[in-house]
Amino acid sequence: MSGSSQAVLRLEAVRKTFGRSVVLRDVDLEVAPHTVTALIGASGSGKSTLLRCANLLEEIDDGAIYLDGMEITDPRADPDAVRRRIGVVFQAYNLFPHMTVLENITLAPRRVHGVPRAEAEDRARELLERLGLGGRAGEYPDRLSGGQQQRVAIVRALAVRPRLLLLDEITAALDPELVGEVLGVVRGLKDEGMTMVLATHEMGFARDVADQVCFLDGGVVLERGTPAEVFGEPREERTRRFLGRLVEAGRL
Amino acid sequence: MTAEGSVDAAPKDAAHDTYVPSARRLERERFKRARARRATAVAAVSTLVTGVVLLLVVVNSPGWPRTRQTFFSLHYAREALPDILEGLWLNVRLLAVCGSAVLVLGMLIAVARTLRGPVFFPLRALATAYTDFFRGLPLIICLLMVVFGIPALRLQGVTTDPVLLGGTALVLTYSAYVAEVFRAGIESVHPSQRAAARSLGLSGGQTLRFVVLPQAVRRVVPPLLNDLVSLQKDTGLVSIAGAVDAVYAAQITASKSFNYTPYVVAGLIFVALTIPMTRFTDSVTARMDRRRAQGGIV
Repeated sequence: MSGSSQAVLRLEAVRKTFGRSVVLRDVDLEVAPHTVTALIGASGSGKSTLLRCANLLEEIDDGAIYLDGMEITDPRADPDAVRRRIGVVFQAYNLFPHMTVLENITLAPRRVHGVPRAEAEDRARELLERLGLGGRAGEYPDRLSGGQQQRVAIVRALAVRPRLLLLDEITAALDPELVGEVLGVVRGLKDEGMTMVLATHEMGFARDVADQVCFLDGGVVLERGTPAEVFGEPREERTRRFLGRLVEAGRL
Repeated sequence: MTAEGSVDAAPKDAAHDTYVPSARRLERERFKRARARRATAVAAVSTLVTGVVLLLVVVNSPGWPRTRQTFFSLHYAREALPDILEGLWLNVRLLAVCGSAVLVLGMLIAVARTLRGPVFFPLRALATAYTDFFRGLPLIICLLMVVFGIPALRLQGVTTDPVLLGGTALVLTYSAYVAEVFRAGIESVHPSQRAAARSLGLSGGQTLRFVVLPQAVRRVVPPLLNDLVSLQKDTGLVSIAGAVDAVYAAQITASKSFNYTPYVVAGLIFVALTIPMTRFTDSVTARMDRRRAQGGIV
């Protein structure tokens, strides 16, 4: 990545353990503004943990994470203030089942950011419209399809105009048709200049949309580069094997 | 199984790793320890100050010497303690027997109320009527009717033992409360859980037994404990039929001496009984949570 502009998110020698197992080991990563970083790797390689650490949902053991140059892993930092600047979309949507779509989306803008109700609802409707959910504002999440729920979750994360968007395998629970629908949304966000980090199993998509691809293996960033470098001529044996298996399975 | 799922992982064991904590980590941990120490110190000082202020207010009140004599007399406490403890044994036995009966009966009623299908309509209606009636009926009236009404019928083979009859009245009322607690728990389990269980081929009953009830019971442990503690205190009401429990024993001593210390002693003993019960259930539920939770710090 070019070091000319300051990175939005920077990880420095991050280490995370659960009990005796080391989930992240000396992870370095830099995400420049308006770029998309794709984290790829086997299940259990630490992709989701990395995202959870970046949003301070997990406490790291060692190293440091910076958001716009400020260290967010400092114990003196206010985690709520940090999270206000980061949007997260979870694999299982995590919508609030007791609220309508509109209430889910306007909760944080109204309660956390103090946006007046009318303004928050206008923005929510505008975003819903843009993502093809115009008529669903009054529905409850359990009555929507998976793809619709995931798009609502994306709108909920976007409604607070985050500096950085973290997407954790957001298509893992969706069928291929809905995957296309949700990935189209992500592509649109990239065109608008949103900075994103996404953990994904959709290699074609990663190759297509990412500016930077990181291959995680056993908690280590084994390989990092442009999609052409990582997918085209991987340097590491493990990366080659991982991609080879995907080709065999017809997923690449 | 996806292709990615089968990739063998690199050695993850911490033992394989020559990790040395960085200066940054050590500094961070030092800061957190200092912060924790500061928090503990603040808590200790504020507790101490509050305690001392309360003590001074009570001890310096104009009626304190007289109050101390009437409510906190060591002499009367010692005199009443054996009788109170003997009475307490009745409370404990009643709690054990009635508590178990209430849990079983309450669960059955709750399940009956949540059964679906037209065949179960009479059962459902009966369970609903039962909870409506016994939850509304004041406990003391229920107790009077059972304790004095049933012996008045002079039925053959029906007990006139006030403890048995009093216990029955307690079970009748408390089952209605507990059934509603269980029902709230059952209905709080997300429908997707039922759907998942039925799609595996489990019958309605099996779904209830293996999937819904375990989650439901877990969620209602705190309110259930509430009802059990409340039951423990209400076991004292069997004394209206003449059985001598801890409170009645205290009353007997108090009315002989015009000193209220026995009541205070009985009250403290009841409090001392509930605290370990609360801590025990708290620790059980905390352990269940730890084993299941995803983790994270929020």
